[in-house]
Amino acid sequence: MTSLELNAVSKSFKNDQVLSGLSLSATEGETVVVFGPSGTGKTVLLRLISGIYDPDDGDIRLDGSSVVGIAPEHRGIGMAFQNFALYPHMEAADNIASPLEARGGTAAQIMEKVREIATLLKIDHVLSHRPKELSNGQKQRTALARALVAGPKILLLDDPLRNVDAKLRFEMRLELPRLLRDFGSTTLYVTQDYKEAMALGDRIAVLLKGDFAQVATPQDIYNNPVNVEVAKLFGDPTINLIETRLTVADGRAQADLAGTTVELGTGYDHADGRDIVVGVRPEAISVSETPLEGALPVELIAVTPLNERVVMLLHLADGTEFFASSPEDGATGTRRHGPAFARIAPDAVLVFDRDSGQRIHPLDAGPQVSGQQTQ
Amino acid sequence: MNHTSTAERIIRGLLLTLVLLFFLFPIFWIFLMSFQTNEDILRIPPSLFFTPTLENYVALISGRLSTVAGDLDIAFMRNLWNSVLLSSLSVGVALILGVPAAYAFARFKFRLGENIAFTLLSFRFAPPLLVLLPLSLYFSELGLSDTYLGLVWVYQLIALPLILWIVRGYFEDISPDIENAYRIDGHSWAKTFRKIAIPLARPGIAAASLLAFIFCWNNFVFALVLASADKQPVTVGALAFVTASGIQYGQVAAAIVLSVTPTLLLALYAQRYLVEGLSLGAVKG
Repeated sequence: MTSLELNAVSKSFKNDQVLSGLSLSATEGETVVVFGPSGTGKTVLLRLISGIYDPDDGDIRLDGSSVVGIAPEHRGIGMAFQNFALYPHMEAADNIASPLEARGGTAAQIMEKVREIATLLKIDHVLSHRPKELSNGQKQRTALARALVAGPKILLLDDPLRNVDAKLRFEMRLELPRLLRDFGSTTLYVTQDYKEAMALGDRIAVLLKGDFAQVATPQDIYNNPVNVEVAKLFGDPTINLIETRLTVADGRAQADLAGTTVELGTGYDHADGRDIVVGVRPEAISVSETPLEGALPVELIAVTPLNERVVMLLHLADGTEFFASSPEDGATGTRRHGPAFARIAPDAVLVFDRDSGQRIHPLDAGPQVSGQQTQ
Repeated sequence: MNHTSTAERIIRGLLLTLVLLFFLFPIFWIFLMSFQTNEDILRIPPSLFFTPTLENYVALISGRLSTVAGDLDIAFMRNLWNSVLLSSLSVGVALILGVPAAYAFARFKFRLGENIAFTLLSFRFAPPLLVLLPLSLYFSELGLSDTYLGLVWVYQLIALPLILWIVRGYFEDISPDIENAYRIDGHSWAKTFRKIAIPLARPGIAAASLLAFIFCWNNFVFALVLASADKQPVTVGALAFVTASGIQYGQVAAAIVLSVTPTLLLALYAQRYLVEGLSLGAVKG
């Protein structure tokens, strides 16, 4: 059942068009991560849904009925702000109790619910503290508790892990999915950390320049980005992108990478002769000291061990920089620099149009299109 | 941490003493004068040694002033009461009008908003004498001259801009997200104003009220022109001591001590809030 629906929502401030006609729908209990670089309007989107702003155009529907023009207090939404927005003059318990007080109930009932969620979020020992006496992690949990306590149908989380330290962020990343599932709220989670997006989202909605570039499952977005920009946003190190030209010989597509011909697989007949950008994820490249079939001669420039894997900086024959990553016991052994060979897994190559940046899909590879607005 | 040398400390102490002497000596002298008879005060050279007398205070409180030329009725206690009444009422009215206005100016951008706010501030710049003549004419026409209502109204020229501008800075410093969060929780706009905005701006409101109270208390010229004896505050009432038979310095001094005491005590009590309040409102975090 659809519980949140955005229909061609637009919002501009003065002459600055922030959101231009974006649409999205989320089913009940689903967690949709709104992901995008800063300044793309993620926060504005949440504020439109919560009623702090009104859209210039378009419709916002909660549980099937439009809420445009309805005051924030009548929307029954839970929201956690990036800056926590706790009430500085109230104790943590009163902060958390606020949505319950608005909905009515005896003081004892309210206190019981507050204590319940505080225990769940491990802040029951600081309930009598004022916000300024709380650590950042406790503040964040208090804000989260306040958003969750009344069991809202729609939960909006505006980058709630932005202002907490790395360790806590990691813990919360593990804890949150279970918590959100238990509460059953439809959640819109804003972040600009792709790992957070991948970890928490049932689906990810990539917001670029005021509109969703792609809405799909984390795996789909990672493996089948619709364009170069989306591809660049996911992955660390980022995807390798090399400009070249696609040629087709005997039904097999090829591209020239710094003097070596690389196979791109079949199904690209329609793109013969087009200027393209080849995208290769670092983990799809295996580096070895011995020449392999179809491997590119490269110069190994630097190796960065990152415990669970190593990241290698390579130069192609023409000096193009290239990243590869592999598990620690990679084929390079103890070598840290010098000539080597890089083999690209042929089915891992993504082909984009050079001018538009749009993905060129192989035709016979089945309906891979993880297009916009698919459920 | 402390790098000051002995010489520096001595010079600093000396300068501080000088400044304190400059500001506190008049108060100290007035305080002494209030316990002296006119003869003691006018003696040359002045002496620190005298037989203290309470007759100045007795005269003020009993309302009977004995001079060489005969007895005189003075309404000093009534004046003091008028001061308290006028200042408190004025600050009260200014708070009721000014705090919501300050909130509006801080939170909402509306047409001519800045202009209106600045016009209100400019009331503080305008010399009171400029408006007094037309005002007294209007007031006699409206039947407002020599009424508390009229005076409280005019005192808004003093109190309202002060409260409006100080409290506005405070409201601007409160993150709108805190209020947004409260509304999303399900509370009405009015309740958000009452439960979030007002409590968070409280130090600023307190500081502004105190300042407005002192400014109202110190006002002289409005009451001089617009009120008669039974509505006048102490600032005007003190004129009564300039009698035909000479100036009653002793009573003037006692009157000053009595009239300064309430504001002084208030300021001392609220000093912490005052400094905190004014600086917090001014500095944007």
